[in-house]
Amino acid sequence: MTALAALTGHYLRVAFGNRFSLVFSALQPFLYLVLFGPLFDRSGVGSWAVLVPGLLVQLGLTSAGMSGFSIVFDQRFGVLERLRVTPVSRVTLLLGRVLKDSVVLLVQAVAIIVAAYALGLRAPLAGVLTALLLTTVLSVGMASLSYTAALTLRQELFAPVMSTLVVPLMLLSGALLPMSLAPAWLDVVSRLTPFRYAVEGLRALFAGSYASPALLWGVIVSLAFAVLGVTLGTRRFQKENA
Amino acid sequence: MIHARGLTKTFGPVEAVRGIDLDVSAGEIVGFLGPNGAGKTTTLRMLTTLLRPTSGTATVAGADLFADPTAVRRRIGYVAQGGAFAPFSPVGEELVLQARLYGLNREQARERVTTLLAELDLPEVEERTTATMSGGQKRRLDIAIGLLHRPELLFLDEPTTGLDPQSRANLWEHVRRLRERDGLTVFLTTHYLEEADALCDRVLIIDHGRIVAEGTPDELKSEHGARTLDDVFLAVTGRELREAATA
Ligand SMILES: Nc1ncnc2c1ncn2[C@@H]1O[C@H](COP(=O)(O)OP(=O)(O)OP(=O)(O)O)[C@@H](O)[C@H]1O
Ligand SMILES: [Mg+2]
Repeated sequence: MTALAALTGHYLRVAFGNRFSLVFSALQPFLYLVLFGPLFDRSGVGSWAVLVPGLLVQLGLTSAGMSGFSIVFDQRFGVLERLRVTPVSRVTLLLGRVLKDSVVLLVQAVAIIVAAYALGLRAPLAGVLTALLLTTVLSVGMASLSYTAALTLRQELFAPVMSTLVVPLMLLSGALLPMSLAPAWLDVVSRLTPFRYAVEGLRALFAGSYASPALLWGVIVSLAFAVLGVTLGTRRFQKENA
Repeated sequence: MIHARGLTKTFGPVEAVRGIDLDVSAGEIVGFLGPNGAGKTTTLRMLTTLLRPTSGTATVAGADLFADPTAVRRRIGYVAQGGAFAPFSPVGEELVLQARLYGLNREQARERVTTLLAELDLPEVEERTTATMSGGQKRRLDIAIGLLHRPELLFLDEPTTGLDPQSRANLWEHVRRLRERDGLTVFLTTHYLEEADALCDRVLIIDHGRIVAEGTPDELKSEHGARTLDDVFLAVTGRELREAATA
């Protein structure tokens, strides 16, 4: 417990000391909000309350999803080995980083929601707060898988592979335009990605429909995704161990 | 303190370590010598739980390497050949974090870091990053972070490479003092053989993944009719080279 707090605190200090990357990793969804949001709002497809949940998932992909980048450096400079010879459990070594990513994402998500509110978003507070919680759960899975990828791929491949992967995952989630508009084949492919369910669950929350099946599926899939991420991540931290 | 039997490690086609038996007693300072690529780092990484041996068994600091790696980790310190600091993170924060990972609270951690940095002649580095330090200062920091939690057994992988003679002498002085005071056991690699001669109670020479000579520096020298450890080293390693030359 002490170890987890120490690790998370340490990584948070580093993260909030680097304002540039804090802003940069949230820049894409923010640009979509400001430069695409007004069009979307007038397109007749839906209002801000439909777009913003999608942007939260996009944020998860660009922020938590890219967090593995930091471990590439730690690995190169021997920091990771130094941590791995400490008695701290492997899952704690992973979670220290992941919790930091979740806090960072939460702060960025609040900033986006506040900006969206200024642009015209209206949604029930309870729904928005629950949506933040769900986004956090999702980010645990994304960050964990990002570290898993960073420790598995060759160092120089991580950034190009991940930033390329983010695009189809985001498009397939229906983050920008609801998948109800999609042709059947695209709808099917989209259902194979976890983020589709997260986006629809978040939309249900922003719409205040707390009893909808979409929300239930969003919660189930996000939780399963987080468990899967942490399991794979821990295993990756364990690999090669005696 | 270390008992290993038949340790091997293969990386794909490369047999880095080919069956090593090791016994190191408490309080010993043992030198692990050998040419580049002989398997020294690989052996150290196996004994420090960082690398799973392909085969073999070992108990390290009283705990079984496979059954209880956490207990091994609690009792050992490891200074890697390649360093332990990223160039952009303030050194003090890294050290405090490391101390806290061994269970110290924030205050104890800070206190410990300050004392240790003073002992290793590194005052006023806490606010700095390693990007602004000399190679020798960095190396001393790597050693400091390995000693932070007062391990019983310390693995040092080429600790003195890049240190000036003064710092080297200081480091050896420090290691000897820790042995006298706390009974620290040290297992280290080095390419400076006169250093191994002066510091180590016993040396092991590894070549192509196998131990090819073992004993106190004096034993080895008289056994090979050699004046220095360098001569012993040349006599026992690179046998293939010589055989190829005479064939
Ligand atoms: N991760 C790895 N993958 C593949 N081969 C490896 C790996 N690590 C080490 N080797 C190989 O294993 C052999 C032993 O390497 P090791 O690093 O243990 O040598 P060393 O004795 O520490 O050498 P040096 O004095 O140069 O540090 C070398 O042939 C090396 O190329
Ligand atoms: Mg080496």
